Amino acid sequence: MRIDVRNVSKRFQDFRALERVSLTVNDGELVALLGPSGSGKTTLLRCISGLDFPDAGEILFDGDDASSSHVRDRKVGFVFQHYALFRHMTVFENVAFGLRVKKRAERPTPDVIKERVSTLLRLVQIEQLGGRYPSQLSGGQRQRVALARALAIEPRVLLLDEPFGALDAKVRKELRRWLRRLHSDLKLTSVFVTHDQEEALELADRVVVMGAGRIEQVGTPTEVYDRPASPFVFEFLGNANRIPCMVENGHAILDGIPFARHTAPRIGDGPAIAFVRPHDLEIVSDVRALPATIRHVTAAGPVAKVEMALDGLQAMVEAEIPRSSEHLPDLVVGAKVNVVAREARVFSANAAPPPAAGPAA
Amino acid sequence: MIASRGASSIAEPVVVRWILTLLALGFLAVFLCMPLAVLVHEALKKGIPAYLAAITTDDTLAAIRLTLLAAAIAVPANVVFGVAAAWAVAKFEFVGKSVLTTLIDLPFSVSPVIAGMVYVLMFGSSGWAGGPWLMDHGIKVLFATPAIVLATTFVTFPFVARELIPLMQEQGTEEELAAISLGASGWQTFFRVTLPNVRWGLLYGVLLCNARAMGEFGAVSVVSGHIRGKTNTVPLQVEVLFNDYNISASFAVASLLALLAVVTLVAKSVLDWQFARSRRRAAH
Amino acid sequence: MARGFFSSIRKPSVLPGFGPALGFALFYLSLIVLIPLAGVFWKSAQLGWHDFVLAAFSPRALAAYRLTLVASLSAAIVNSVFGLLVAWVLTRYRFPGRRIIDGLVDLPFALPTAVAGISLSALFSSNNGWLGKPLMDWLGWKVAYTPSGVFIALVFIGLPFVVRTLQPVLEDMEPEAEEAASSLGATRLQTFVRVLFPALGPALLTGFALAFARALGEYGSVIFIAGNLPMKSEIVPLLIMIQLAQFKVGAAAAIAAVMLVASFALLLLINILQRWAYRRSSADA
Repeated sequence: MRIDVRNVSKRFQDFRALERVSLTVNDGELVALLGPSGSGKTTLLRCISGLDFPDAGEILFDGDDASSSHVRDRKVGFVFQHYALFRHMTVFENVAFGLRVKKRAERPTPDVIKERVSTLLRLVQIEQLGGRYPSQLSGGQRQRVALARALAIEPRVLLLDEPFGALDAKVRKELRRWLRRLHSDLKLTSVFVTHDQEEALELADRVVVMGAGRIEQVGTPTEVYDRPASPFVFEFLGNANRIPCMVENGHAILDGIPFARHTAPRIGDGPAIAFVRPHDLEIVSDVRALPATIRHVTAAGPVAKVEMALDGLQAMVEAEIPRSSEHLPDLVVGAKVNVVAREARVFSANAAPPPAAGPAA
Repeated sequence: MIASRGASSIAEPVVVRWILTLLALGFLAVFLCMPLAVLVHEALKKGIPAYLAAITTDDTLAAIRLTLLAAAIAVPANVVFGVAAAWAVAKFEFVGKSVLTTLIDLPFSVSPVIAGMVYVLMFGSSGWAGGPWLMDHGIKVLFATPAIVLATTFVTFPFVARELIPLMQEQGTEEELAAISLGASGWQTFFRVTLPNVRWGLLYGVLLCNARAMGEFGAVSVVSGHIRGKTNTVPLQVEVLFNDYNISASFAVASLLALLAVVTLVAKSVLDWQFARSRRRAAH
Repeated sequence: MARGFFSSIRKPSVLPGFGPALGFALFYLSLIVLIPLAGVFWKSAQLGWHDFVLAAFSPRALAAYRLTLVASLSAAIVNSVFGLLVAWVLTRYRFPGRRIIDGLVDLPFALPTAVAGISLSALFSSNNGWLGKPLMDWLGWKVAYTPSGVFIALVFIGLPFVVRTLQPVLEDMEPEAEEAASSLGATRLQTFVRVLFPALGPALLTGFALAFARALGEYGSVIFIAGNLPMKSEIVPLLIMIQLAQFKVGAAAAIAAVMLVASFALLLLINILQRWAYRRSSADA
C-alpha cells in the first residue's frame, strides 16, 4: 500500500512536533524515519497509524483520506517501542488477540485462529514459546511476539517505533538482518522510526532524515550519506569536522590555502562552512597543505584517531588514519603536520541555518 | 535472633536493636493485641452457649441483614464509580485532573458524624432536598434504609478509586493502544486488557471498601434512628447492647465484626503478596 | 454539546470512553459528596452571622474544639514517635513473627470503630481493666471516662498512618547513603540524625498530618471510652450528634462547618506535603 503524507502539522502546547511535513511511502517499501529525539519522527509515525491526530494536513492510504478513520479501522500493524505486550496473556493469546476481538461475523473459528497463530509464530521463529508469558521472554523474543501480533491482523502497512531501541547491541544486529529478510519475503509497506543512523542506513530502502519537526532530506542510504542536503544531515549521519572557510571559484580556502581536493556542491563565493569526514582527512608531506599540530592520538582498533589543532584556528579536527599508514610512527603529540581533505562539502555560511540545537548528535 | 537487614557496617549494636524492637512490640501489644484479647475474653466470658445465643437474637440477625444489604448496595456503586473515575483520570490528560483526584479523597477527611449529618440536612423534616415533601408522601428516607445506604456510600466512596487510579496510571496506555490498533472495541479493550491488569488492585479496593461499609458507625448512627430490629446495623447493635449494660452480648456481636476485620487483614496480606509477585513479574 | 465540552478540556486520544467515564464520575461525586456537603454551608449560612457565632463558638463548643484539638495533636505526636519506631523495626530488622505483626498494623483501619471503642474502654477501665486498673492503682492515672481516654482512642486509630507512610520510604532508601556517612566517620546516631531523619522528614510530616486529620473527625472509638461530659470530655463530633438529637440542626451545621473548614485546610496541607515529599524523593532518583 502507498502512503501519502500531505502538509501534516502537529503541536503539543508550545512545542512544534511537526511542521508541514509531506512524504510518500511507496507500496512495498521499507522506509526509516531517522532523527534525534524531539525531531518529530515518532509523532509522524503515530499520526500515520492513527494513534495521534495531526492538527492540519492529511494522510492518504492508497489515495484515500485516512485522516478521519479510527486506528481500529486503518488496519495498521503497530509495533510499540516497549512492545506493549499484554502481560497477563501468553504469547499465543497475545498473537491471537487481534483475531479474537473481530466482530462475530468476521471472526475466524478457533481452529483457524490456532492455525494462523502457529504459522505466525513459526514465521518469527518462536513457535516453541507459545505458552510463555511476556515476562518469561528475552527482549529479542518479545520483539518477535510484538511483530507476530501486529502481523496477525494482516495489516496493510507495518509501523515500528524504535524497533531495536531496547535491545543490546548483539541482538540488535541479528534482529536487524532478520527483519530485512522478513520484509523482502512479505513485501509489506513498512515504516520504522530510529535514532540510530547505522540502523537506518543498513535496513531501509529510503531514509527520511528529520530535525525539529521538519524533513531535512529523503533519499536512499547512499544518497543521504554521500550527498547530505544540509549541515544538519551531514552532522547527524556520522562524525564530521566543521571548518569555517571561504569559497572562491568552487574551492574551499583557509588562510589562503585550498585544502580540499574535491569541493561540492558548487556554491557562490563567500564565507562558508566546510564539512569533512574524519576518514576523508589525510595527513600529507606536502608543506603547502594546511599546517596543524597534533594534540592527541588514539591508536586502538583498525584506524588511528588523530586529534589536531589547525594552526591559527581555534577549531580542533579529527582524522582517521589507517594503522598501516607510513606516517603513523611520526604522529606523536606536539608534532607539526600538514593535512588535506579528500572531499569537503560546503554550505554557504550566510544561507546555512545554525547547527541543530540540543540533542542533535 | 533480631537480625539486621543491611550490611553490618551500617547496623546498630545488638543491644540497641533489642531495645528498639522490644519498645516497638510493646507499643503494638498495648494498642493492637490487648484490645483484641480483651474483646475475645469478654465475648466468651459467659461460655460458648451464651455467646451463640447473643449473636442469634432476632435483633442481631436483623442488624446483620441490614448491614449486608447496605454493603451490597454501597460497594458495587462505589466500584462502578471507582472504575469510571480511574479510567478518566489514569488514561487521559485533561484540565482539572488534580482537582478531581483531591475531591475523590474528600470523604476521608470529613468526620463520619458530618457524613451522616449532611443527609439529615437534606431529608430531615425541614430538609432542603424535599424533606417536608417526603414526609407528606410518607416516604421514609431518613431513619430508614435509604439514608443508611447513602451514609455508607459516602464514607466508603474513595476506597476503590484510590486503589485503581495510581495502579492504572502506572500501567500507562500502551497496552490499551495496542489493543485498539489490533481492532478491539472500547469495551473489549477494557474487559480483556485493562481489567485483568488491575484485578488484584480492584479486589484490594473492594475488600477495604467492604470492611469499612460493614463496620461504619458514626455516619450510620446519625441517620439510623436506632430502631431495634429495623434500622440498627451490626455496629449500632453493639452500641445498643453496650449501653444496656449487656456487655458480654455486646462483645459477642462485636466479635463478629472483629472477625470480619481479621479476615480482611489476612486477605489483604495475601493480596499484597500477590501484588508484589505480579509486580516483580511485570518488572522482570 | 456535552461531547464538545469533554473533548475541549482534554488532549485527544484514540482511547474511547472519556466523556461517559468522567461524566458519570462527576455526576456521582456531586450527588453523593459535593451537593450534600454544600448543604452544611448553606444551612449554616441561613443562620445569619449572629446565630452562627452563638452556635459555633459557644463556651461548650469552644471546650469541645479545645479537647479535640489537644487530644488529636498529642495523639498524632505519639503516633509519629512510635510510628517511626515501628516502621524502622519492621523494615530494618528481621525477627520471627515480623510479617504477622506487619499485617496487624492495619488493624485500626479494618476494625470497626465501635468495636475498638468498647474494647479499649474495657481494657483501660480503672475498675477492672487489664491495663486501666494497674494504671489507677500504681500511678493514680484514670484513663477511661476522662480526656485521657479520648487520647488513647485517638492513638489507636491513628497508628497505621505514620507507619504506612514511612515504610515505603524506608524500604526504598539505598544503603549507600548510610554507608557513605559511616565511611566519612559518622557514628550510627549521627548518621540517623543527619542523613536518615532529614530524608524521612516529609513522609513523617505527611503521616503526622494524616493521623491528625483522622483524629479530628473520629467518633466511634472515642465515645465509648470518653466520659462525654459537656465542657470536660466531649469531643466535637459528639457535640454535633447531641445537637442533632435535640433537633438543633442549625447549631449542628454551624459547628460542622467550622470542622469542615479545618479539615479542608488540613487536606490541602497534606496534598502540598505529599507533592513536596514526592518531588524530593523523585529528585533523588
